[in-house]
Amino acid sequence: MISGILIFNQKGENLIFRSFRSDCRPRLADIFRIQVISNSQVRSPILTLGSTTFSHTRHENIYLVAVTKSNANAALVFEFLERLRSLGKAYFNKFDEESVKNNFVLVYELLDEILDFGYPQNTETESLKTYITTEGVRSERKMPEDTSKITMQATGAQSWRRADIKHRKNEAFVDVIEDVNLLLSSSGTVLRADVNGQIVMRAYLSGTPECKFGLNDRLTLGEDNIAPPTNNRLGTKATRAAAGSVALEDCQFHQCVKLGKFDAERIITFVPPDGEFELMRYRATENINLPFKVHAIVNEVNKSKVNYSIAIRANYAQKLFATNVVVRIPTPLNTARITERVSQGKAKYEPEQNNIVWKVQRFSGGAEVILNAEATLTSMTNYKAWSRPPISMSFSLLMFTSSGLLVRYLKVFEKNNYSSVKWVRYMTRAGNYEIR
Amino acid sequence: MAVNRIRGAFAVPKKGETFELRAGLVSQYAYERKESIQKTIMAMTLGKDVSALFPDVLKNIATADLDQKKLVYLYLMNYAKSHPDLCILAVNTFVQDSEDPNPLIRALAIRTMGCIRVDKMVDYMEEPLRKTLRDESPYVRKTAVLCVAKLFDLNPSMCIENGFLETLQELVGDPNPMVVANSVTALVEIEEAAPETKAFRINPATLKKMLLALNECTEWGRITILTSLAEYRANDQKESEHICERVAPQFQHANPSVVLAAVKAVFLHMRFVGPELRQQYLRKMAPPLVTLVSSQPEVQYVALRNIDLLLQKQPDILSKEMRVFFCKYNDPPYLKLQKLEIMVRIASEANMDQLLAELKEYAMEVDMDFVRRAVRAIGQVAIKIESAAEKCVNTLLDLIGTKVNYVVQEAIVVIKDIFRKYPGYEGIIPQLCQCIDELDEPNARGSLIWIVGEYAEKITNAADILSGFVDSFNEEFTQTQLQILTAVVKLFLKRPDQSQGLVKKVLQAATAENDNPDIRDRAYVYWRLLSSDPAVTKDVVLSEKPPITSTIQSLPPALLDSLLNELSTLASVYHKPPETFLGQGRFGAEAMQKAAIEEQEQNARENPIAAAAAVSGDNATQGNVENLLDIDFDGAAPAALEGQQPISSGGLEDLMGDAPSGSPAPPPGATNNMDDLMGIFGSDGASTAAAPPGGTDDLMNGFGGLDLSASATEAPSQPQGPKKTNQDILGLF
Repeated sequence: MISGILIFNQKGENLIFRSFRSDCRPRLADIFRIQVISNSQVRSPILTLGSTTFSHTRHENIYLVAVTKSNANAALVFEFLERLRSLGKAYFNKFDEESVKNNFVLVYELLDEILDFGYPQNTETESLKTYITTEGVRSERKMPEDTSKITMQATGAQSWRRADIKHRKNEAFVDVIEDVNLLLSSSGTVLRADVNGQIVMRAYLSGTPECKFGLNDRLTLGEDNIAPPTNNRLGTKATRAAAGSVALEDCQFHQCVKLGKFDAERIITFVPPDGEFELMRYRATENINLPFKVHAIVNEVNKSKVNYSIAIRANYAQKLFATNVVVRIPTPLNTARITERVSQGKAKYEPEQNNIVWKVQRFSGGAEVILNAEATLTSMTNYKAWSRPPISMSFSLLMFTSSGLLVRYLKVFEKNNYSSVKWVRYMTRAGNYEIR
Repeated sequence: MAVNRIRGAFAVPKKGETFELRAGLVSQYAYERKESIQKTIMAMTLGKDVSALFPDVLKNIATADLDQKKLVYLYLMNYAKSHPDLCILAVNTFVQDSEDPNPLIRALAIRTMGCIRVDKMVDYMEEPLRKTLRDESPYVRKTAVLCVAKLFDLNPSMCIENGFLETLQELVGDPNPMVVANSVTALVEIEEAAPETKAFRINPATLKKMLLALNECTEWGRITILTSLAEYRANDQKESEHICERVAPQFQHANPSVVLAAVKAVFLHMRFVGPELRQQYLRKMAPPLVTLVSSQPEVQYVALRNIDLLLQKQPDILSKEMRVFFCKYNDPPYLKLQKLEIMVRIASEANMDQLLAELKEYAMEVDMDFVRRAVRAIGQVAIKIESAAEKCVNTLLDLIGTKVNYVVQEAIVVIKDIFRKYPGYEGIIPQLCQCIDELDEPNARGSLIWIVGEYAEKITNAADILSGFVDSFNEEFTQTQLQILTAVVKLFLKRPDQSQGLVKKVLQAATAENDNPDIRDRAYVYWRLLSSDPAVTKDVVLSEKPPITSTIQSLPPALLDSLLNELSTLASVYHKPPETFLGQGRFGAEAMQKAAIEEQEQNARENPIAAAAAVSGDNATQGNVENLLDIDFDGAAPAALEGQQPISSGGLEDLMGDAPSGSPAPPPGATNNMDDLMGIFGSDGASTAAAPPGGTDDLMNGFGGLDLSASATEAPSQPQGPKKTNQDILGLF
């Protein structure tokens, strides 16, 4: 398993070196620096030299590196690094060179706790925060019962929840957040449209509440999801969507959800952690409502001129409106001047990004906006083809789900039988909303 | 304190970082001491040697401050080896801590003790370990359980004598899921290190416990359990069914590595369940696999490599999911190339239009490697799906129309392969011939010349085209020269009236003016064939070639099966068995290193001076990174290692690019030709078999489209030609 975890900055300075096995030696840091950081040829995140494997990811301005000596589980290693990254973010808000340098004692402490002999242990942020804190836990102040409770929680079947939580007001907030991905060809046909959704919950519930959660999708409505694919799959799904249910392609749950129960009975039941957590993630590919229709014409008139004509129409109900709509329109590298005209919002040429950035603060339903622009290019000594990156769009739109997903119910069962208040909010954002 | 100050005055200068740190470590104020410890650790991280501070740091071990204790322990783990004698001073604190009322401290103590790899410490570990294994707190137990694995690594016999292995086996039935998971982890590790202990055997009782714990333990624990379940051979079909049923819910886990581990377990146990159930599970695992493709790039990469393997075994599990594998503009290059591989694998009649449009889009991008791969993919699709061939050819012609140099070259090579499968596209040849001047790579030039030779009877100006090449014959690449030679001979056989002069000229140039044995030999073969019976020559040179079936690389079945057992590990990423890059086999790096160290130690015992010399001599080899990595400079460095480095590890590109050495996987078409060629050479006797062995690669490429090969039906007539030549040769000499 993992022999050591190393953290480097971009210059290749070793910020953290924690070996978990005797075969991870200090000189490995030099080898990684020479072979990966200062080698621009490396294209893959995995490098094996001799019998040592370096698996690295980059985040902000640091490299997170795992050293392994065996035929390790590569997926586990990368997922662990990812978890380390999110832990770092949860602890220091930003996980970069500066925060690692300022908190290196804490980083060592965390590593000591989440890996033992190279095997990942508990990596739940919430339960780790109860005993690894920025102020430091003084053993003389903590009562023994306290710590034994903490450790019970850290290893128990519900490592994510303390037993004795009390809230004056019992509330649960459910946010359905969808990232809609679109890939539109230059001729306007949809190459790919899908939705990556997540349901984030903020639970402030006392005691040990057991929650039941229902959506308007076919999975939880109890219909058979492994129907034979032969019987006109498209057709049946379409009719179902029209009847108010959504076909989810796949879903993943937070570890608090009882997977066995979901598999057998299609019911999402769980004891939630206290506070914010991601309850589930899902994917939908059928019947996606695209919030924006984009019609883009990019015309390379000649070697010194490119014409743009982009029309965007909002494809949602009139009473809704999207905010922070930003369209990035790439321009050739040798653009000298841009003249642009927009019907709404503001467009600006950003030479350092090679983009025209077009911002529309408030985009109401049914509206259509247009941009016309002309890029004048300088002549180049050696003409290089322009790679024509896609036009990309970002936005956020409240009370709208691209997949059509709705929360049907959220029931809370607790032995004290208190009443609780639940709030649901929907939001659709742009994932990769791209037009070639 | 006073003594220390005096010693400090004598031993080290009164300034410098180490001095300051030391002063801080023995300060009378707690906060100063703590700060100094932090600074010491910082220096240690930066690679500075602060082992000289060992005694001073050790003084701070007995503290109620948990933070400080952890730091001291961290220091201790790093430098214990340099001061084994002083470690004994820490033992008392450890033993005390392991009885602390605070479970966090108990766990910390036992966790750290296992990491201090000094014999003296091991001697004192027995009692604390025994106690903590029976601790009331599951947190301590799960830590102690892993400590057994650490102890086994240090001193197996002590571990066995004290019955720790049996305790571990009992703890697999612990009520706490995390203890179960860690016990399994520890047992698997011990079993791997020393199979003779038979530490980990799954019986119905343990199986039941593991399946129970699976739903309750942490995500990482699940991976451990799933992996050992995957390796377990079920007793009967029923058991396999049961395992699949219990594991399948894990497909829905949020952690991608859990999903992959679950896929592995189900995929391997699925082999033993009924076909209907198997289909059901295959359908069930497709959506989670697709979801993996939207995780972060590194995990995605691992997932894609694994999906590649799964598709080679079960080609149609993802046939409806083409779109998710479309490349995003800002995907890293390693992902784009891998996605292309997979798209070609799941290409079918249903999705080929979509795929072709997408591939054409990629072929217009600017990253050269990616573009070439995309063009090649178009050819692979054409050869895979017959009904797609025409569309593919049209797309390729469009691409040739773009006049982008490397696109045109790659397209020509691809079209040659298409001709080898579908001979009906002669109509496009004039278009190909137009770009003849743009080709500057041997492979592309060779391909075009092969096409010209093959269809010489249908190309009116074939003689003109070829004569251009013959004029500059001696400036061409070897591979191209071979093709020119063959093409001219074909032309002569098909239209003898036009090209008599040409064939003479090229044979002359190839035999008299050329010093490459391959070319000379081939020219001689042709010359003699031509000077014998023209009919036989036609039989040999213009024989019907077997059409190629696929140009998609796939692994040999035996290797594939062994790699499926390694799903989600590094081996599955490299598509190579673990021995080849880790070397745990007979010639493995690890074994080699161990043997070398043993030898060294033996030497040291017998002759200390020579050993010392060997160590100093070994420093000279440090330029070699691989050696650096593999040599354990623990005690004495193994001088014997130099020159024995058994594994090739020139870097990732190598590892990925090459097929495993034991089992090369050339496209079937090439093999066919190769075999035939070998046959000819074999019967041809010594004169032609003299080709240098190093040139095989070249031969493979050059002969990819060579017409010397004969189909099976032609086989009987084949030996006649060479025999005759043989006689001719004999006559000549």
